[in-house]
Amino acid sequence: MNVTTPLEKLTPKDFASDQEVRWCPGCGDYAILKAVQKVMPELNLPKENIVFVSGIGCSSRFPYYMSTYGFHTIHGRAPAFATGVKLANPDLSVWVVTGDGDGLSIGGNHLLHILRRNVDVQILLFNNEIYGLTKGQYSPTSRIGTRSPSTPSGSVDYPLSPTEFALGAGARFIARGIDTQLKLLPDLFLRAYAHRGASFVEIFQNCIVYNDNVFADFTDKTVADDHQIHVTHGKPLLFGKDGKRGLRVKPGSFDLEVVTVGENGIAEKDILVHDETSRTLAQLLAAMRPPNFPMAIGVLYCNPVAPYGDRVYQQIEEAKAKAPAPGGLNALLRTGHTWQVSD
Amino acid sequence: MSTTANVKVESDRAPRQILESAVVRFAGDSGDGMQLTGGQFTLTTALAENDLATFPDFPAEIRAPTGTTYGVSAFQINFGGRRIKTAGDEPDVLVAMNPAALKVNLGDLRRGGLAILDIGSFTERNLQKAGFKTNPLTDGTLDAYRPIKVDISRLTLESVKALGLSQKEALRCKNMWALGLIYWMYGRERTATTKWLRAKFAKRTDLADANIAAMDAGHAFGETAEMPSDIGGFLIPKADIQPGLYRTVTGSEALAWGLVAGAELAGIQMTFASYPITPASTLLHALARLKSYGIVTFQAEDEIAAVCAAIGASYAGSLGVTSSSGPGMALKMEAIGLAIGVELPLVVVNSQRAGPSTGMPTKTEQSDLFQAIWGRNADSPLAVIASRSPSDCFDVAIEAVRLATKYMTPVIVLTDGYIANASEPWLIPDVNAYPKIPVAFRTDPEGFHPFLRDPKTLARPWAVPGTPGLEHRIGGIERDYQTGHISYDPANHQKMTEIRAAKIRGIARDIPLQAVEEGEAKGDLAVVGWGSTFGPITRAVSNLREKGVRVSHIHLRHIWPLPANLKELLEGFDRVLVAEMNAGQLSTLLRAEYLLPIEGLNKVSGQPFKIAEIEAAIQSRLGK
Ligand SMILES: Cc1ncc(C[n+]2csc(CCOP(=O)(O)OP(=O)(O)O)c2C)c(N)n1
Ligand code: SF4
Repeated sequence: MNVTTPLEKLTPKDFASDQEVRWCPGCGDYAILKAVQKVMPELNLPKENIVFVSGIGCSSRFPYYMSTYGFHTIHGRAPAFATGVKLANPDLSVWVVTGDGDGLSIGGNHLLHILRRNVDVQILLFNNEIYGLTKGQYSPTSRIGTRSPSTPSGSVDYPLSPTEFALGAGARFIARGIDTQLKLLPDLFLRAYAHRGASFVEIFQNCIVYNDNVFADFTDKTVADDHQIHVTHGKPLLFGKDGKRGLRVKPGSFDLEVVTVGENGIAEKDILVHDETSRTLAQLLAAMRPPNFPMAIGVLYCNPVAPYGDRVYQQIEEAKAKAPAPGGLNALLRTGHTWQVSD
Repeated sequence: MSTTANVKVESDRAPRQILESAVVRFAGDSGDGMQLTGGQFTLTTALAENDLATFPDFPAEIRAPTGTTYGVSAFQINFGGRRIKTAGDEPDVLVAMNPAALKVNLGDLRRGGLAILDIGSFTERNLQKAGFKTNPLTDGTLDAYRPIKVDISRLTLESVKALGLSQKEALRCKNMWALGLIYWMYGRERTATTKWLRAKFAKRTDLADANIAAMDAGHAFGETAEMPSDIGGFLIPKADIQPGLYRTVTGSEALAWGLVAGAELAGIQMTFASYPITPASTLLHALARLKSYGIVTFQAEDEIAAVCAAIGASYAGSLGVTSSSGPGMALKMEAIGLAIGVELPLVVVNSQRAGPSTGMPTKTEQSDLFQAIWGRNADSPLAVIASRSPSDCFDVAIEAVRLATKYMTPVIVLTDGYIANASEPWLIPDVNAYPKIPVAFRTDPEGFHPFLRDPKTLARPWAVPGTPGLEHRIGGIERDYQTGHISYDPANHQKMTEIRAAKIRGIARDIPLQAVEEGEAKGDLAVVGWGSTFGPITRAVSNLREKGVRVSHIHLRHIWPLPANLKELLEGFDRVLVAEMNAGQLSTLLRAEYLLPIEGLNKVSGQPFKIAEIEAAIQSRLGK
């Protein structure tokens, strides 16, 4: 990677485009945009090396509001475009912005495969559990019973968990954040950027118009402490107002349980310590839901392996080294059986 | 099979009949190695400096139950001392390795043609599997032909007995026995095939030995008078071929090399993204082997991802190329619409097959012409070109790269299953003799906006990520003519729609005027074709012209936009007949564009046109 240091330190403002932002007032997308613009200078990259690629949806308008390179593509296919961009130029820092409908409904296949291949991109999935742009139909992450124009009696199909999907697809970096947590989000994005390979970040995003407060069960101030656990590698999995509640493996099972330090003989040493390299733990954390469990926020999993592009280009370099092509294409056309026809 | 004279070649027991050309079809079970046999015969024939054309015809099933008619695989070759334009209307010689192969292919054999039959495989059970109620060897089925009944199975086993192979392995050498006999029949050298077998079975020298022994035994069978005495060998003189270095090439190979050459001439990297589908996969396979040329190939999760990745690659400054066949093309269209909207270069290769839906994957058709020109939502023009033969794919691929990069547009290349798989001798071109394709990425931020157009070509600049000062956003939402920003302005959409159309229409100024392939530029009848109908049309037209018929042949490479002079050219003929393997797509297009009374000759059987079919159509139109 040829990383050149920009001459002057850029500021978040330098990453805002001159386009008027057209999300509904109060939409969670604003906060995420702000967090992304805040983290950009920290990447220490020349602006021209950053590309935002998106699909279709409210969230997918994102690239228009960044002053970097941006490609607003078609519904669900952003991961495939991003893969092509990375194949053509592995030096670019590519950020995919997608929604729960875009990434998990029409584009589920592509999301699956970009994660499986471990293409070196950052994927920010704005989960608002609804189709915003098409005016509020339920989405694959909508909870059962969601009333929407297409499900007036409530949705009857079970929702999908984006992080569990990503784990199943073989993702090596999985994180979760909340739109309003402007302090935490930039750190998550930095971690995602630092991870070489596909980095998957699910962001709970409030759609104030079609699904307002759908995450209130763990984001509302009154319940946040008890219904969120912020996980940090190497730190015990503690949460709650006084930091006394914690997670441990329920004796005699493969499940987690919530315990309280100081109660029933539970000491801090009984609490699980977060190991972000453990896939098993990531799976357990990703599956937790309020009210019985807190929602896990932070880097749930980070266990890097060589990204796809490395291996692609390694094979090309090996082929070039093994069979250098003196004479170029003309030589190629003349390999194999040829014969001379004389006058 | 036209005879001119007889010659006596030393070591032959009878004089060899001199022929101008001949058509041989090898047919057997999918597992009988008929394609390999045909490939070897093609190579050897090319080395003997005959001109040739081939037609591999294999089933869609990978391993159909042995002995069934739907498991029959065939390979036809037409070769001669004159220019060969098609794989031949009807075989002069049919090699049938089992009853099913006889059943499927006998109807095509020329009356009086030779049927070489492995009677060792004509068992009760095989006859039944092939659906014969009585034995065709004895019931008169073969009366109109000259059957040569040989127990190839037994003779093969005998020829390899010394090598101690299993019965199964030994029997698999049958195809080489048959090839050896045909080699004798046409006085061919066996050295190239011997060499090939040695290389192929480098790790199993016993198998190499066995195959060579079987081939030699088949050859000796012909030589040592075991053949019926009235069947001697043939001799086909060398063709009058332009001097130079030759090789055989299939359409897929020529396309792969042409794309690599195009990218090289343009000085850009190529990223090829595809998803397997018959008969397009061979292009992916060919390019995947060219890593040492810096080609990036990507087997995507589906055709949508493949085209999207190719567009992403073009966006990032590589030449994005994708390929597929009918059903996959349908999936790609939304993304192609985006490439039209954001005006990025893209080459899309469609190896057409018979449809609709899955249709007949291994059979050929030209029915995606409308899909290519119009098959997207909204007014979404792009360029469409078509290749006429395997070797023509090389130049067509280079032309596609030229148009895509110069006009910042997707270009659809139409080829078909026949061209993709068929092979022909090719005078190997010098890539350095091709004009360079000038491609310049925009680097100057001064006055830049992403939809600033070149006043001549109307193409926008190619400004790739990584270029300082050109950071910009593009996308599928309509773009402002002046700034490239999102615009829902009605007048702007009108203007942008018109400019996109004008850009593609303008390509007509940058392509050669339509020439007449054969015949005068005026006359009683013009036969117009495109794509792989080239061979049968030229042969039919030249045959009739020799008889004094005033017919001409016009063959299109550029389908959209059409060549600037085409209307005028067609107006010079009393009648225009469009011969194509669809229900009338080019004829409809030409009628709509030119308001001329154009007629169609349409064939959709999954098989290429026969020369005789086109001759008959011409004669019936001209009342001769
Ligand atoms: C091929 C195609 N089908 C359907 C649509 C319509 N469409 C646009 S956005 C969208 C759903 C967006 O939902 P989501 O991804 O959750 O994004 P949000 O708007 O909520 O941010 C749909 C169905 C489309 N643009 N293209
Ligand atoms: S509809 Fe919802 S998601 Fe879309 S912009 Fe408005 S608030 Fe945001």
